[in-house]
Amino acid sequence: MKKTPLLVILALLLILPLVVEDVNFQHVMLMMLIFAGLGEAWNIITGFAGQTSFGHAAFFGIGAYTSTVLFYKFNVSPWIGMILGALFAGIVAFLVSYPCFRLKGHYFAIATLAVAEIIKQLFVSWDYVEGATGISIPVVPDSFWAMQFHRSKIPYVLIAYGLFVFVLFVAVAIERNKMGYYLKAIRESHEAAEALGINTARYKLLAMIVSSMLTALFGTLYAQYILYIDPFMVFGLDVSMKIVLLTVLGGLGSVYGPIIGAAILIPLSEYTRTLLGGTGKGIDLMIYGILIVIVVVFEPRGILGLLRKRSRRRLNYGKSNA
Amino acid sequence: MSMLAQLVVTGVLVGSVYSLVAVGLTLVWGLMDIINFAHGDFMMISMYTVFWLYALLKWDPLVSLPIAAFVAGMIGLLTYKLVIKRVLNAPGLMALLATFGLSLFIRNLAQFLWSPNYRFVGESILSGKRLIISDVIVGLPQLVAALGSIGMTLAVALFIKKTKFGKAIQATAQSREIAELMGVDTEKVYMFTFALSGICVGVAGTLLSGIFPVYPESGAMYGLLAFVIVALGGFGNIWGAFYAGIMIGLAETIGGFYLGTQFKYAIAFLIYLLVLQFRPKGLFGW
Repeated sequence: MKKTPLLVILALLLILPLVVEDVNFQHVMLMMLIFAGLGEAWNIITGFAGQTSFGHAAFFGIGAYTSTVLFYKFNVSPWIGMILGALFAGIVAFLVSYPCFRLKGHYFAIATLAVAEIIKQLFVSWDYVEGATGISIPVVPDSFWAMQFHRSKIPYVLIAYGLFVFVLFVAVAIERNKMGYYLKAIRESHEAAEALGINTARYKLLAMIVSSMLTALFGTLYAQYILYIDPFMVFGLDVSMKIVLLTVLGGLGSVYGPIIGAAILIPLSEYTRTLLGGTGKGIDLMIYGILIVIVVVFEPRGILGLLRKRSRRRLNYGKSNA
Repeated sequence: MSMLAQLVVTGVLVGSVYSLVAVGLTLVWGLMDIINFAHGDFMMISMYTVFWLYALLKWDPLVSLPIAAFVAGMIGLLTYKLVIKRVLNAPGLMALLATFGLSLFIRNLAQFLWSPNYRFVGESILSGKRLIISDVIVGLPQLVAALGSIGMTLAVALFIKKTKFGKAIQATAQSREIAELMGVDTEKVYMFTFALSGICVGVAGTLLSGIFPVYPESGAMYGLLAFVIVALGGFGNIWGAFYAGIMIGLAETIGGFYLGTQFKYAIAFLIYLLVLQFRPKGLFGW
């Protein structure tokens, strides 16, 4: 894989929010970085290993709740909460993987959805974490330790950027290593991968744990940015689906996919929301929904598929039509 | 004891409607391998159809049934024609993406047009009436909803099994190419199956509109549970979906009563995870 385009994208993602001073734009960039990162994390288990997860909101929510509860109840820094959240997410992934990986294909996908819904229901009825009411994170003056910045969005953007680069680095490292090839072999044919001596159970489990831990990191950042969480917001099917949608739209199984998908879907959803969301009549989501349909209908291969097709056509130009 | 009997009866009644929603979903899923995220929203539209016919023309839900079913069927058909047809050969999750967008659109269109307020079909021939058999109380609307759902499921199952067109659907589900070689118009099969799926969920929505409030999200939970039920029964298996629906209805009612109603959906999802440990391809899958 060539490095240059990726480096250019990374530079752009860093420079744009710093140069453009518009607060709305910075917000959109921040959400883009968060969701692109979530997409990269999800890509490891679904894009590389071919195990469709509809339940990544579970890990996102665990990340958000761990740091929030620790800060709210014990005044523990969200940075520590972030790391603990990732650990919890990894443990939960380990625990649910055993029953889920016995299933294949859609049965697995629905199982992950079921797990996330169960966890959501548990949080809704769990009084210690304020149940369905949710938790408002106590506001403190700007501080790195408390991961709260009220004067500018730039520190949040930088943290999101740092996390995104980290996740991207992990994804690229996995893709280029033995593990990436193993996962892709599992995706293409489970039986053939086993016949070649790949320990499919171990590598799927490993991919799931890595993916879930990375997902949880963004949960913490999201909670610290919004300063309020409730179970529906962070554990909802909407979150899981948003991650799925943008990665699939961009291109599944490629490190570029989530970046492209997030660059399209997030501005679309954020700008329609700021422009039309105020009416409270759902016009923003209506337009967002129909635009998704239109994009898919006209480009069913995903955006990356479109780009690949173009470049291949360029390569074939001048050759015989055979 | 009579409490348990009451719970079992209620569970079966609730479950039969779940079954019909899931039957609609499993038809499409089994045939085209497409997860229709907008399935629950088709149901919501049929509920609104019933509501408006009631509010404006004073029609009884049972009278509106054919119209609401037709509306949902047409939406299914249009969904196939305008959206699904173009993504049939697209990679993996693209169709899912399209139906998710469609679901967002339909749900928010309903909110835009009719506000998020709960609406009720207040009076019908059935409302308020009930049967009391020894200690067990059965609401007539619930009973009719369950019987109607079972009847419709039976009709669909017979249609698929006995008629020539039903056999064409089965053939197409097994292999599109070979079905085409045998002279099956698979395009027509797909279109009709999507319409039939809409009709199933439309009938279910009509039967529920007398029992549940009508609002833009009223189909959402049914759609979600239908995914689990379809998988629990085994993809594409109509009777699988039927028994799985009853099972989820029972689990939800009985479990909800003993553990707290806030856990009733969690219990339904847990049942799925548990059963699939023993039957990894669903109850009736192979």
